Amino acid sequence: MGSVPRATSSPASVPGAVAGISAEVLIALRADMLRFAQLQLRNAESAEDLVQDSIEAALRHSSSFAGQATLKTWVFAILRNRIIDHLRTAKRTVPMSSLVEDGEDWQERLETLFNEKGGWRDGPRPVAWPNPEESMQTRQFWRVFEACLDHLPPNTGRVFMMREFLGFESDEICSQLAISTSNCHVILHRARLKLRGCMESGWGRPGSGTC
Amino acid sequence: MLNCREVTELCSEEMERSLRLREQMSLGAHLLMCSGCTNYRKQMKTLRQVMQAYAAGHAVTSERGYAGPTSSDGSA
Repeated sequence: MGSVPRATSSPASVPGAVAGISAEVLIALRADMLRFAQLQLRNAESAEDLVQDSIEAALRHSSSFAGQATLKTWVFAILRNRIIDHLRTAKRTVPMSSLVEDGEDWQERLETLFNEKGGWRDGPRPVAWPNPEESMQTRQFWRVFEACLDHLPPNTGRVFMMREFLGFESDEICSQLAISTSNCHVILHRARLKLRGCMESGWGRPGSGTC
Repeated sequence: MLNCREVTELCSEEMERSLRLREQMSLGAHLLMCSGCTNYRKQMKTLRQVMQAYAAGHAVTSERGYAGPTSSDGSA
């Protein structure tokens, strides 16, 4: 696929259909993009700016959209670069401690994956996933995956996405969010535990339904 | 002897830092006997690959190249 354009700014102009990507389609993605940007930045105004900027860049560079990736992931990749730049230069985001916790029931539900001795219960015990690389070529796989990401609780999702989507090292995440290394690792662990379970029930088990 | 819950923690931990020798040995010993955790550890690596592909904008695909916007309520 084509390269993802980096930040450049130009006057706002949202034309109509450009090379197969209509403005309507991009505007429909806007809500998803805003939700993600706000989760990462905790600042409505910055989120709005970055999303607008990304949409404009997507329209300007629509010729490099190869059409193999979903439009959503392509536009999100543009937004991703902008969020990374913003977080690295802004120096400070809202610390985690000032946010509402994800809730204890979420933690308790993860505990039920294991028996009292800490062994896997039969249902959630991981099975070998069939051909993950092949599956990554299918639409169903990515649908399940995106739905699973969406089901992470907000704070957990924020830390996990910062680590695995934006590509920050856990040290950076600790200092950005003012949380301890061990806290950060626990959050990442829970996110992974939850995600793999969701992926497995949605896709990894033969004959399984959706997430 | 580590239990499965502790092993899943280590499997996540090793994505963040290099494990100490003692941790590596306990992990290895458990994995030899436990297919569930062996699968889990593989899945952690797959998960990272998937995230990298996703972040690079490589998520495929509809047959026609455009899957349409997913809804924002996560029902995708």
